[in-house]
Amino acid sequence: MTRYTQPTTFYTKEHEWVTVHNDLATVGITHYAENQLGDIVFVELPDVGAEFATGDDMAVVESVKAASDVYAPIAGKVVEVNAVLADKPETVNESPREKGWFCVLEIKDGAEIASLMDEEAYKAFCEGL
Amino acid sequence: MSDPTTENLKRTPLYDVHVEHGAKLVPFAGYEMPVQYPMGVKDEHLWTREQAGLFDVSHMGPCFLSLEDGIGGGDEAHAKIAALVETLVPSDIAGLKEGQARLTVLLNEDGGILDDLIITRPIGEAAQGSLYIVVNGAVKDADWALFERSFQGKAVLTRADDRILFALQGPKAVDVMSDFFPGCEELKFMHHMPFELSGTSCIVSRCGYTGEDGFEVLVKPEAGLPLVKEMLTDERVKPIGLGARDSLRLEAGLCLYGHDMDPTRDPVEADLAWVIQKVRRERADFPGAERILKARAEGPAEKRVGIRPLERAPAREGTMIEVDGQPVGIVTSGGFGPSVDHPVAMGYVRSDLAEPGTKIDLMVRGKARPAEVVSLPFVPHNYKR
Repeated sequence: MTRYTQPTTFYTKEHEWVTVHNDLATVGITHYAENQLGDIVFVELPDVGAEFATGDDMAVVESVKAASDVYAPIAGKVVEVNAVLADKPETVNESPREKGWFCVLEIKDGAEIASLMDEEAYKAFCEGL
Repeated sequence: MSDPTTENLKRTPLYDVHVEHGAKLVPFAGYEMPVQYPMGVKDEHLWTREQAGLFDVSHMGPCFLSLEDGIGGGDEAHAKIAALVETLVPSDIAGLKEGQARLTVLLNEDGGILDDLIITRPIGEAAQGSLYIVVNGAVKDADWALFERSFQGKAVLTRADDRILFALQGPKAVDVMSDFFPGCEELKFMHHMPFELSGTSCIVSRCGYTGEDGFEVLVKPEAGLPLVKEMLTDERVKPIGLGARDSLRLEAGLCLYGHDMDPTRDPVEADLAWVIQKVRRERADFPGAERILKARAEGPAEKRVGIRPLERAPAREGTMIEVDGQPVGIVTSGGFGPSVDHPVAMGYVRSDLAEPGTKIDLMVRGKARPAEVVSLPFVPHNYKR
């Protein structure tokens, strides 16, 4: 199994990004997703310590228009959440890939990473939409 | 993105304008409508409160109802057409002055609300015996079928939903409008004037659905299309989608039919008892009068109220309301109010909890979130009285 000693980013069809570094994965939503949602006014993050199976509802993003679920891209346990989003949810629009991260998961099964898309595959996926 | 549900959708005469302005189109009330433009819902909302927002509402149901035996004939003709319409609505239509409009509700036999609508009395003796009525898009076919059934042999319905109906709303709307319709700045809230434009007649009303000063214009496409295109070149005017239309009306405390009122609610519960003028209450001659007047006298079981979540999480339509772990009501509209920069909602609660300041819990995703009953609107109305 590949071990990601350098941070490496992958993507899901639900427009989440997952940056894998050793046994941790930082998760957020992509520019495409935040742009589709529009102005984000609230983010409900999971509790630290919560455990999720792949595809579980992990967080909720609320725009002016509607609430959208964010699914766990891979199985894992939440070890950290981005406290900035509580007061500044608009950070997700302003910096989806950097300051607007949602949480860090402790990866349960490293083999799951292989099912995610790399940058090139995700770009092609978005162009096909 | 392709959407199979868009296949049978109608388009308004302004469809190409929406596309040109980069609108994101969604199915709404049987039409392909702009939900937002590249500016985004929040900025469209704020623009309308500060400048002027242009809304395509051609999906709605403008129509004319005229006496079968012909219009003209002054007050007597108005009294005749008003008497017909008053069999379906509880407002004083006979008492409208020429040019005046009134918000009212269409009632079923139990006094439940079938729709909310605006009824306008035309200007000039020759036009009396006719009314200009605008109903909601989603229920226009049902409303019009009811009119035709109820007024058969007495009045003729003329649909006008092949025309352009647009609204210009916001503090700058009056300056923009008076360039195109000189004299319309003299109109007061809930009044209208007819205008000639490119040889076709159109109706300019001072009303709207945002809480701001503004106008609605009914105009034939051949004159309306160039008019709207030219208005949109004015730097004070931006096209605004349904997303901001919803957040604007919610902040203004205005009801959305099918959400904040429906056939299970009567006008007293919906906090719309003010649409029933004294003369109609005294005559008690409208559908469901017994139930409605009883609710008015004794207080309804539930009442529509404004709700302010105390935290940052919005509470959407369908959110249950609890007090001490017991269900006491439901949110019927909820979201984020860009002008108040805070979540806003409205819904129905037990009447004993309808007093502003009452603490309630909103059950958002299984968690009780604190909220407070507040008086509506969330932002002051800016109407030209």
